[in-house]
Amino acid sequence: MGKKLLIHNDKVHGIETLEVYRRHGGYASVEKALKTMTPDQVTDEVKKSGLRGRGGAGFPTGMKWSFLAKPEGVPRYLVCNADESEPGTFKDRYLMEKIPHALIEGMITSSYALGAKASYIYIRGEYFYVARIVENAIREAYAAGLLGQNILGTNFSHDCYVQVGGGAYICGEETALLESLEGKRGNPRIKPPFPAVAGLWGCPTVVNNVETIAAVCPIVMMGGEEYAKIGIGKSTGTKLISASGHINKPGVYEIELGIPVEEFIYSEEYCGGIRNGKKMKAVVAGGSSVPILPTELILKTAKGEPRLMTYESLADGGFQTGTMLGSGGFIVMDEDTSIVKNLFTFTRFYHHESCGQCSPCREGTGWMEKILKKFLNGTAEEKDVELLWDIQSKIEGKTICPLGEAAAWPVAAAIRHFKHEFLEIARSKKFVDVSHYDRLNLIRR
Amino acid sequence: MGAQLHGTQTFDKAKRAEIKFSEEAMKTVQTIISHYPEGKQKSALLPVLHVAQAEFNGWLSPEVMDYVASILKIKPIEVFEVASFYTMYNLKPVGKCVLEVCQTSSCWLNGAEDIVKYIEKKLNIKVGETSSDGMFTLKVAECLGSCGTAPMLQCGASYHENLTYEKVDKILADYKQEGKLRSYTDLDYKNTL
Repeated sequence: MGKKLLIHNDKVHGIETLEVYRRHGGYASVEKALKTMTPDQVTDEVKKSGLRGRGGAGFPTGMKWSFLAKPEGVPRYLVCNADESEPGTFKDRYLMEKIPHALIEGMITSSYALGAKASYIYIRGEYFYVARIVENAIREAYAAGLLGQNILGTNFSHDCYVQVGGGAYICGEETALLESLEGKRGNPRIKPPFPAVAGLWGCPTVVNNVETIAAVCPIVMMGGEEYAKIGIGKSTGTKLISASGHINKPGVYEIELGIPVEEFIYSEEYCGGIRNGKKMKAVVAGGSSVPILPTELILKTAKGEPRLMTYESLADGGFQTGTMLGSGGFIVMDEDTSIVKNLFTFTRFYHHESCGQCSPCREGTGWMEKILKKFLNGTAEEKDVELLWDIQSKIEGKTICPLGEAAAWPVAAAIRHFKHEFLEIARSKKFVDVSHYDRLNLIRR
Repeated sequence: MGAQLHGTQTFDKAKRAEIKFSEEAMKTVQTIISHYPEGKQKSALLPVLHVAQAEFNGWLSPEVMDYVASILKIKPIEVFEVASFYTMYNLKPVGKCVLEVCQTSSCWLNGAEDIVKYIEKKLNIKVGETSSDGMFTLKVAECLGSCGTAPMLQCGASYHENLTYEKVDKILADYKQEGKLRSYTDLDYKNTL
C-alpha cells in the first residue's frame, strides 16, 4: 500500500463533520502554523516540499506563492480553483464531498502563509450540492473559532467564502475564473499582469487548485523535506488520480508519484485491469487535453523503460512519444473503442467551451468538430486527415489562454498515433461503432 | 433592456412590475452580497442568478434579468452578457425537471448516447425539447465530473450516476410523481457517488 496523505480517512464514518475530522487529527496544521510558525516559514516548507500545482499545469506552488506582491494597505486574496471541468477529472469533487474540512484547513493555513484576509472557493456550478457540503464545513469552522476574528486566539483573522459558477470549462483558467468571480463572462485576461500582482478586483491574488491547497496541511505537519522524500525527482508527494473508462474499478485513487503506469492500471489496489477481459487500446493519462497514447507507449517509453506515474516520465519523449500527467484524469479505452469517435467527443467539448475571444480557437474548434463529424457519418475523404492536422497546428500558441492548445493537442495525438483509423474510415466510406458490450451493460448492471 | 432581447423574448413592463423575490430568497441574496467587499456587489451576479432561476420557474426572462440588475445596481446588459455566456442559465422557458445527460468521453465510452436515445423515446421528445406535459426538458451536457460513475445525468442539484435503463425509468417516475420544479439550489439533492 502506498502512502496516503489526502484521502486516507475517506471511509471514516462522519469524516465530513468537524468533530470527527478533528478527532482524526484535523486542523493540526492550523494549530501548528498559526501558533509556532511565521508565514514565511510556512511558505518555505511548501517550497522545500517541491509541491507542484495539482490542477494540471504542475507549476511549483512555493514559487507561485513567492511571486505574490505585498504592497502596503492593499488586501491580498487566496482563491481556490474548484472549477474542476477537464473531462476525465473528478478528484476535487471527491475530496470536497468526502472530506470538506481538508480543503478548509488548507485554505486557512495557506491564507496565513500568504497574509490573505479573505479567500474564495470558486466551485463549478454543476457541483452545487458539493458547494453545500463545503459551506456546511465553513459554518462549522466559524462556530469552532477556526475562521473569523482571532483564529484560535492568535492575531490572525480570516474569512472564507464559497462562490458557485454558472457552467463554463474556461473558468478553470485562472484569469477567467477571476473574471467570473467578479461577476463577468469567463474571458481569460492577457498576462502579464499575472494574478500575483493584479488578480481579484485588481489586488494581488494566488489561485490554487483544491488538491494543491489540501496538500499544504500534510506538508506543514510532516515538514517539506519529509514530503519531498515521497515520489521521484521533481515529482514529489502523492497525487489524486481520477480513473475512468473501460476499467474494472473506476474511481479516485491517491498514489505515491512514481509507481509504474502498468501497476496503476492492472493491480487490484487501483484500476483492477480492463473490463470484460478485453485488451487495452489507448490511455488519456491526464485529462482530455493531454496527448492520447497507444498501449505500447503508455506502458513503456520509446526507449523501452517502464513508464512511471510522474510528471517527467509521462512526458518522456515529448509529444512524439510521450504525454503529460496533467490533472490526473486517467481515461482507459479498450480494444473496441473508436479513437475517432472519442476524439469527436473531445473536440465537440472544446468547441462548446471556447469562450470566443480568439479567432483561432473559436473558429478552429468548430471546423475540427465539423470535419470529425464527416468521419462519423462516412463522408470524410483521405485529405480530411491532412486538413484536420493543418487546422490544429494553426491553433496552438496563437490564443490568449491554453484552451487553444488543449483543443489542438488531442487532435494532433490521435492523428499521430492512430492515423490508420482515420484513413480506414475515409477509404471504406463508413463508420462502424463496435463497442457493443456497453449497450448490454446498461441493461445488465 | 431593449424591447427585442434575444430572438423571441420581449420585455414586458407589466410583467416586470410583478417580479419580486420571496422574503427567504431575498435573505439568501443579501447574504451572498455580504460575501464581497463594499462596492463589489456585481461579484454576486452568478450565484444570485441561480437563486433567481429557482424562484422564477427555472428560467431567466428579460424581466427577471432586469430585476436582478436593479438589485445589484448594475446595467441590465451586464446581467444578460453573463446569463448568455454560462450554460446553466436558461434564457427560454423549460420543463419543471431539466435532465442534463453528460455526453463527453468517459460517459460516451459507457453508453451515454444510448441513455439519450432511451429518454428521447420514452418522453417522445428530442434533445432541446420539452415534454408535452411541461414536466421534462432534455438536454445534453459536457463533462459534469462524474467520469468514474458514468453514464450519468444531472437534474437540478442531483447527480444520478451509474445509469441503467431501469434507473432512468425510476428517476423519471419519481420526478413525475413529485411534480415540482427541480433547481440547482435545491437542498434535497441526491447523489450516488
